Amino acid sequence: MLEALQFEFMRNALLAGLLASIMCGVIGTFVVVNRIVFISGGIAHAAYGGIGLAFFFGFSYLMGILGFSLLVAAIMAAVSLKTRQRADTIIGVLWAVGMALGVILLDLTPGYNVDLMSYLFGSILTVPTSDLWLMLIIDGLVVLTVSYFYHDLVSLSYDEEFAQVRGVPTKILYFLLMAMIALSVVMVIQVVGLILVIALLTIPPYISEKFSGSLLEMMFYSVMLNVFFTTVGLWFSYTFNLTSGASIIMVAATCFFISILLERLWPKRRRRLGNSIPPIRAGK
Amino acid sequence: MVSSPVIEVHGLWFSFNGNPVLEDVNLTIHPRDFLAVIGPNGGGKTTLLKLMLGLLEPDRGTVRVFGHSPREAAGSIGYVPQEIGINKGFPISVRDVVLMGRMRGGGGWRRFSGPDKIAARQALERVEMWEYRKRRIGELSGGQRQRVFMARALVGEPKILFLDEPTASVDQKGQTDFYALLKELNENVTVIVVSHDLMVLSSYIKSVACVSQQVFFHDAPEITKDMLEMAYHCPVELIAHGVPHRVLPKHSGE
Repeated sequence: MLEALQFEFMRNALLAGLLASIMCGVIGTFVVVNRIVFISGGIAHAAYGGIGLAFFFGFSYLMGILGFSLLVAAIMAAVSLKTRQRADTIIGVLWAVGMALGVILLDLTPGYNVDLMSYLFGSILTVPTSDLWLMLIIDGLVVLTVSYFYHDLVSLSYDEEFAQVRGVPTKILYFLLMAMIALSVVMVIQVVGLILVIALLTIPPYISEKFSGSLLEMMFYSVMLNVFFTTVGLWFSYTFNLTSGASIIMVAATCFFISILLERLWPKRRRRLGNSIPPIRAGK
Repeated sequence: MVSSPVIEVHGLWFSFNGNPVLEDVNLTIHPRDFLAVIGPNGGGKTTLLKLMLGLLEPDRGTVRVFGHSPREAAGSIGYVPQEIGINKGFPISVRDVVLMGRMRGGGGWRRFSGPDKIAARQALERVEMWEYRKRRIGELSGGQRQRVFMARALVGEPKILFLDEPTASVDQKGQTDFYALLKELNENVTVIVVSHDLMVLSSYIKSVACVSQQVFFHDAPEITKDMLEMAYHCPVELIAHGVPHRVLPKHSGE
């Protein structure tokens, strides 16, 4: 692995993995605790429509994905706020329509010869330095936004109604969260591709949630796990000449199953405090 | 009335998916009232509460809290939602849950100040949960969690306290303690509680609102036969003071 670092593409790949890890660890934490994994999947896949648009009209694919996934995220946020019962169906439809649109637009694009697989499964080994800068900027923006609204986002995630009663602008924050998911999707498509984004968003927070005392800790552990997954995945990819995105996901998935196994072996420490509840005394 | 009302509801109508839930509700709640909101399931009790909290918008009519919209009055409202055990896996400590009650909305780098933390401690001590402050909220029992939610409502020093089925997951002893605390708070705070347990409630409340699409307000701590019949649309019999009602056999045939 060390000798691989002499190649610029390898250094870039590791940096891209690191930057994507920060993004996915932070945003994935909110995705998991808010149970919006399905919406995130929808945004990630519908983003393919943005790739189609970009190629068809000949603008930068990043702009295409960014614009389109932000639009899809806004629609999905609106739908899930408005009609909660049927939201999953509509999200599923948008998910499929976005992908279909992308495929058809690419069919219609003359002389199209871009490797479709690289968008579906990522191409971390070909991340140019200019993209790293963009990723760094997006990371910075997201970290700043999340730290500014941290307590609001926590209260929205834990108890939306209570937050609303306390005057937290929950609807605006929900849209903001969706926009940040869209941004993370755009970023991570480079690293693991849009099919596999969901793994980096969900697996580390799922594992971290069990031993974290706060969302901040959960984000921290998730970022660390993501760094571990992307680095080890890259090493497998380099050593055994495997597709990088899929290798990263397999490392993450292995840890995911190990964590579930460990949870089974070590039963929860819950219930230990049991019935020793002190009574409330009035007149204190 | 000497003092101006805490809550005024005027000609309020609310429907959900085209089905009327509340019709022409008029309700005036005065300071230091202890109001029990009762009624059949699906009668609109929780909906009425959420309208007064500003969580729902009425189709018609107005809700005024201290003469303002519920949203503007947010600072003087305390809310204890129903404990239905959602989000148990959420990584958050008891203390952080209580601090949420000090939220003032709208971002900020440093949210919780020294006074916030002191208030959180006092609120937790008041419900005897301070020693659990570092626990994850999901590790507590339903009754303990309910007390933490109580502390979260109290930490904002509310002038009105809304409670939705606050003792649903609390045992008999816990319920009595809980209502004793409410009674004590009621010396300064208006309390509005949605509940089934009329038995426990009857010794604390000052007025009753029966909700069953319409709202019947009774400015006395007793539940009359007329109210129950109007609210439940069935012939009832009051067995003893505080006992809700018994449906007479002649009505039970379907």
